[in-house]
Amino acid sequence: MSLIKAGKVVEDVFFDASQADAVPPSGAVIVSFDQWQAQRDALLARDAPLGIRLHSDQSPELIAADVQRFALIALEFPKFRDGRAYSYARLLRERYGFKGELRAVGDVLMEQLFFMLRTGFDAFDLQQSPDPVAAFQTAMADFSVWYQPTGDGRKTAVELRLGRR
Amino acid sequence: MYRYDEFDEKFVAERAAQFRRQVKRRLAGELTEDQFRPLRLMNGLYLQLHAYMLRVNVPYGTLSSKQMRCFAHIARKYDRNFGHFTTRQNIQYNWIKLEQAPDIIKALADAEITSIQSSGNCVRNITSDQYAGCAKDELADPRVYCELLRQYSFLHPEFSYLPRKFKIAVTGSPNDRAAVAVHDIGLRMHKNDQGELGFEVLVGGGLGRTPYIGQTIRKWLAPEHLLSYVEAILRVYNMLGRRDNIHKARIKIIVNQMGIDKYRELVDKEWELTKNGALKVPAAELERINAYFAPPAYEKLADLTVELGAERNADRAFDRWMRGNVIEHKVPGYAIVNISLKAPGRVPGDITADKMDAVADLADRYSFGEIRVSHRQNLVLVDVKQSDLQQLWRELFALELATPNLGLLSDIICCPGLDYCALANARSIPIAQDISRAFTDLDELQRIGNFTINISGCMNACGHHHVGHIGILGVDKRGEEFFQLTLGGASDQHASLGDRLGPGLPQAEVPGAIRKIVDTYLEMRTHEERFIDTYRRVGIEPFKGAVYGAEARTH
Repeated sequence: MSLIKAGKVVEDVFFDASQADAVPPSGAVIVSFDQWQAQRDALLARDAPLGIRLHSDQSPELIAADVQRFALIALEFPKFRDGRAYSYARLLRERYGFKGELRAVGDVLMEQLFFMLRTGFDAFDLQQSPDPVAAFQTAMADFSVWYQPTGDGRKTAVELRLGRR
Repeated sequence: MYRYDEFDEKFVAERAAQFRRQVKRRLAGELTEDQFRPLRLMNGLYLQLHAYMLRVNVPYGTLSSKQMRCFAHIARKYDRNFGHFTTRQNIQYNWIKLEQAPDIIKALADAEITSIQSSGNCVRNITSDQYAGCAKDELADPRVYCELLRQYSFLHPEFSYLPRKFKIAVTGSPNDRAAVAVHDIGLRMHKNDQGELGFEVLVGGGLGRTPYIGQTIRKWLAPEHLLSYVEAILRVYNMLGRRDNIHKARIKIIVNQMGIDKYRELVDKEWELTKNGALKVPAAELERINAYFAPPAYEKLADLTVELGAERNADRAFDRWMRGNVIEHKVPGYAIVNISLKAPGRVPGDITADKMDAVADLADRYSFGEIRVSHRQNLVLVDVKQSDLQQLWRELFALELATPNLGLLSDIICCPGLDYCALANARSIPIAQDISRAFTDLDELQRIGNFTINISGCMNACGHHHVGHIGILGVDKRGEEFFQLTLGGASDQHASLGDRLGPGLPQAEVPGAIRKIVDTYLEMRTHEERFIDTYRRVGIEPFKGAVYGAEARTH
């Protein structure tokens, strides 16, 4: 498992406390939605970046009013076939204005990276890839034409056609 | 018809190259079968009983002669000299080798054909009226919107891993030949009170093990909002559709569980936030696509009613074919010619490579090089000069492609069934063959009149059995194949689901049961009444009695 950001393998500065019994007193952490609900004030009082990890049945609507409080939001893909987080990512970026790190976690595979990138993810907890950087680059290079406008700002085929007139 | 521009061309070439890489990774063991399955499915490649099956899109049923020749080439080089046209206007090849699939997909891409999203839990091939652009009863040509949706749906980053497959159909005519009411989204073009053309949007229709007729979610939608509204429907579905049970994951389940009003409320709430955003269809793009569907260079001709009448009087076989397979065109002097792929004893929808080439040649000579595929598994030449009809008929006759049974009892829809399909419980093809052999008298067929028999080899209902006037469903009972009959289904603008007639019958008894149903109908019909209308008037009991005997009435 490797964390990929901006095309490079990077060290994860966050400690994932979402499964832990207690949130450590210091350092960047990722908490679960339940922890966030139960310990909201304490978590906001910590002097370190805060992340939240949402299950695939937890819509980001649950945290819509608070997204700016998080440095990181991690969305789970429990199976790569579960595509709910693609919609959630777009809502976070395009509707709730989330600007922090949007991380894909769980069953994150090379063949879905491109969809993730286009829906707004910018960090990928890539599973089982012998050469994650090469995998990322291959996935990014697969396509240069896309038909759907999303919040990533890439120009669609329609926009390019109109631009040529 | 639509032609790829540089962007479409590049996209399809990139997709073909990506698939080649994915197959390579699979063959090298870098992808597990579990990881590879959705990737190959989204390129139309299934693993069936005996081999891989490749399903190739015919977007909204429109093909050029060049593309038909490409289909013939694939059939010869990579398959066993034939292909099978399906109820979703696609073509399937049954004997594909995984190693060769990337070459096939590349060859298709070169002819502007794809198999993208012909399977998988994503938006499938957009289907439509096979007579689009030519039908006399048409309000507007639906193909421009089909093409818009085709491009919008291809590799949608948000909707490539939906809870389940998603099918969209569009009709531009009030007479629905695209079965829009049994699709996840059905779009019916019509005019609002102000006389503006738009869409009635149906949602939640579908067949399979839990069949539903689609319900109206919006009475009228302006064309410029088509994509944003479809996206709102898809987004709500993607977030709320069930992921825990594949049999309850289609949009029809959630729509019917929460009710159409609630689903509409969710969609409208979503749509309000997006309708004036980036998905608003630019008029210039609509015009660009529309230009591809400009009518061909029709000659200024008059209808040849009198001349054709004389030819028909002189030749009974020609007359039968004219009555059966040729329908009115919106342009004077032209006609729409249906090519039945339902000759007696043949496999519905199957066609050999040689005949594909022959049809392509006929299209070039008689119909501006274009061919249509209907969801009833037949082909169509849509723009034939009336003065060419008799000569075209002679050539079709010589090719054994002139069976005059369109819309008649032997024009049977049939899925591949247990002869090929890994999901099937029973062999559907032999049933279709048995029935068509039992009804070969053309005069009798025309006397019986409009009749649809739809056969599926399992409850997944690829043969649309729920919406056949007679539906036949193959089931497995302790290792033996039985066939359950339903009556009264329809997929047109008066769509309805068939009612179960009674216990399943063994294969040998099916043609006899059909005969009894037909005889009962002929006894009970008034004048020109179609079977479906008689059935709706008299109900199921007389037919039950005819098939199962007097004892059925005591149950």
